[in-house]
Amino acid sequence: MTEPGPAASAIPVLIVDDEEPARSILREHLGRIAGVRVVGECANGFEALRAAAELSPRIVFLDIEMPKLDGFEVLELLDPAIAAVFVTAYDAFAVKAFEVHAVDYVLKPFEAARIAVAVERAKTRLSGGAAIPAGELHAAARPDGTYLPRVVVRDGSRVHIIPVEKLDGAAAQDDYLALRSEGRTYLKQQTLSSLAAALDPRTFVRVHRSHLVRLDRIARLEAYGKGSHVAVLTDGARVPVSREGHARLKELLG
Amino acid sequence: MHPILAHQGRLLPYLAACAPLAAIVTALLARPGGLFLGEAVALAVPLTFAYAFMGLSAWYPCRQLPLTGSKALPLVLTHAAAAALISGFGVGFAALLSRIYDLFPVFRGLPGRFASQSVTLFAAGVLLYLLAAALNYVLLALEAASEAERREAALAILAREAELAVLKAQIRPHFLFNSLNSISALASSDPPRAQQMCVRLGDFLRKSLSLGEKTSISVGEELELSRAYLAVEELRFGARLEVEEQLDERSNRCLLPPLLLQPLVENAVRHGIATRVEGGRVRVGVACGGGRVRILIENPFDPESPSRPGSGRGLENVRQRLAARYGEEALFAAKRLADRYLVVISVPMELPA
Repeated sequence: MTEPGPAASAIPVLIVDDEEPARSILREHLGRIAGVRVVGECANGFEALRAAAELSPRIVFLDIEMPKLDGFEVLELLDPAIAAVFVTAYDAFAVKAFEVHAVDYVLKPFEAARIAVAVERAKTRLSGGAAIPAGELHAAARPDGTYLPRVVVRDGSRVHIIPVEKLDGAAAQDDYLALRSEGRTYLKQQTLSSLAAALDPRTFVRVHRSHLVRLDRIARLEAYGKGSHVAVLTDGARVPVSREGHARLKELLG
Repeated sequence: MHPILAHQGRLLPYLAACAPLAAIVTALLARPGGLFLGEAVALAVPLTFAYAFMGLSAWYPCRQLPLTGSKALPLVLTHAAAAALISGFGVGFAALLSRIYDLFPVFRGLPGRFASQSVTLFAAGVLLYLLAAALNYVLLALEAASEAERREAALAILAREAELAVLKAQIRPHFLFNSLNSISALASSDPPRAQQMCVRLGDFLRKSLSLGEKTSISVGEELELSRAYLAVEELRFGARLEVEEQLDERSNRCLLPPLLLQPLVENAVRHGIATRVEGGRVRVGVACGGGRVRILIENPFDPESPSRPGSGRGLENVRQRLAARYGEEALFAAKRLADRYLVVISVPMELPA
């Protein structure tokens, strides 16, 4: 019987950054920290998701600006059990969002000791900390008055990017959201409130506790029982409208 | 508040200036057939100072009805009414005074003698009001002049701040911090390259600072700056970044506002090459002919990558600076094709004297 080597029990870490020098310095610092092991490096968001599925890292160091998917989008699609540490050069709005949501972030350039601290904090989160509210964080990382231009969804190993112009609406189903776009439905693990917060409230209306609808997709409203209504959408779908939702619609439509 | 009352130290000189007026009013009252000199002084001095204070109130009608831009009729009517009102007050005040003085033996019979002077006094009051109104108009004009001066100074500061913002914006923090991070990485993995990057970054910063202070630089200098920038980015992006220059040698001497090209090249890298997994080629072209300099910057971008903040601001800045310098003569177009981005600039050709 031999004791398992340190490498076997070490926490697997994934590095995601599109610049080679940026990855190499992280690799170097992480290499000197006991108890962690770099299992992979990725240069863009798609690669990161694939590597996360194949290599099962428990900690991910995540750059924000990357090709294909940015760091926030990757976080939304990653397993929430993974502890993410954001690494960024300069982004005032992102930093504000990290502070608000108590998410650990590292500013470039950084010292080895800062990476060690980040690893310690990530370990604490792994041993029972709350997951990062990815949707809320993404919404909060934008300048006031600006909204997400697209929504990302994962379907097995495939990633779908839905531009908001093509998003008809969303419905809450237990822990999931059913997003409707171009006649298809996509499931995403997110709350309706956090999606609503990330989208322009003049375009997307919360017509019901569990329904968000793109305003210009509503063909007509029909009365339905006492005080409640049903919105008939341009594709024929029917969405319940609550009393509050009806008030909101009336306010937006004037 | 009235400018004379608003500032300490203005009221005394103002009242002192009223003393000769008090003498004139005294002389008017004491002229042959009028009051005794002592009575005239006793009435004229308090009365003139009462007018002095009432005259300050002319400030408000004067401010409401500036001499230029007001219709003549309301202007005349307002001031006539104000003059009559203030003068009437003055005469009433003097009549009251004469009754009070009447209590003293020296001034016995003053109200009777005063009655014949009330018309003179009313006329004097109107004249004093007009004088006060004139003074107020002068004060208003002075205030407007100093306000205009202040505004001009504030505008000059604003313009300089805008210019400074331009210069500060040239060295974008994102670029700077990422470069520092690359140096930090290369310092242990590849020290000679770290050294090279320090030198290149220093070269770029030095050029940015020295060129940013000038009002015009040659196309050649501007291209040198862009090359210094790209030399840094090449170390960061490696094989992902390619650059192609198409340069008409004759255009090297042409003059441009500084830091025009480099921010556009930086945009091409940050919003173009960096969004593509495989990177790509930035094309920079400068040509001259027909009395104009034409610049073209072209880069591929990945329409499926998330857009990054800041490109609109940089382009807007270039557009504004071109408009400020060349007005209608400058052409600036930014065009987004399927997966390529194109910026075209055409400005009148300027050569060094």
